Amino acid sequence: MNEVNRDLLLRRHMEGPIVSPIVHVCCRGLAPFIQITGLYVFFHGHYSPGGGFQGGVLLAASIIMLRMSLGLADSQRIMPNRLPIPLAALGALIYAGTGLLAMLWGGSYLDYSFLPLPMLDPAMLRYVGILVIELGVTICVMSTLISIYDNLLGS
Amino acid sequence: MKAIHILVLASFAALLMVAAVHLPRRGDPNSPANRAENVLKGPVAGAYYIQNAYLDAKTPNMVTVILADYRGFDTLGETVVVFAGGVACLYLLRRRTS
Repeated sequence: MNEVNRDLLLRRHMEGPIVSPIVHVCCRGLAPFIQITGLYVFFHGHYSPGGGFQGGVLLAASIIMLRMSLGLADSQRIMPNRLPIPLAALGALIYAGTGLLAMLWGGSYLDYSFLPLPMLDPAMLRYVGILVIELGVTICVMSTLISIYDNLLGS
Repeated sequence: MKAIHILVLASFAALLMVAAVHLPRRGDPNSPANRAENVLKGPVAGAYYIQNAYLDAKTPNMVTVILADYRGFDTLGETVVVFAGGVACLYLLRRRTS
């Protein structure tokens, strides 16, 4: 019973494009570290080279690596097929919406010092505004790259 | 014909070399791009950014402040271009089910 179960499990994992357990284990072990690095690069853009574009590319690279090793069907759980394009639109909307919010509260477009957050001086508001728009850039770049890969696969 | 090609390329190479020789040294504080004011006594953008980036946004990384704050509209355009590229790939590459 146990033997059959393990066989079934193995076969299910083998249905990806790459039929090698070593590649599967390595990629599944490596992906979280790449994602952590991507988040670090995104959040550390204020203090060191990095930011939204680079962090988004790293996050996309981890998911594309899972798509390549596990196959399209088994990597649906971490990023479903139909999600990337709405997510990319959401990222661009976060960016544009931040600018619009500042404009509604009396500043000019994308002037973050007018964002409606109390208890923060204008310099800190601009700090927060930069972080928010970098978040939008990260989401947009990540999901656009994943979407291009999915479309190249023809799914 | 071939001699003319080589002549034109050589003259362009000579022109570029002359121009490159007369470029200011990297990091020269007296070069026009690094001065605090230009020939017309007006302010220069680079010097303003270096002096005020941290005070304006409390962010040590000057490049991030310029990218996301001073030149935020440009970065918005870049993001929209990335998104438009994704949508274009979607419509070009997706498998039609009809």
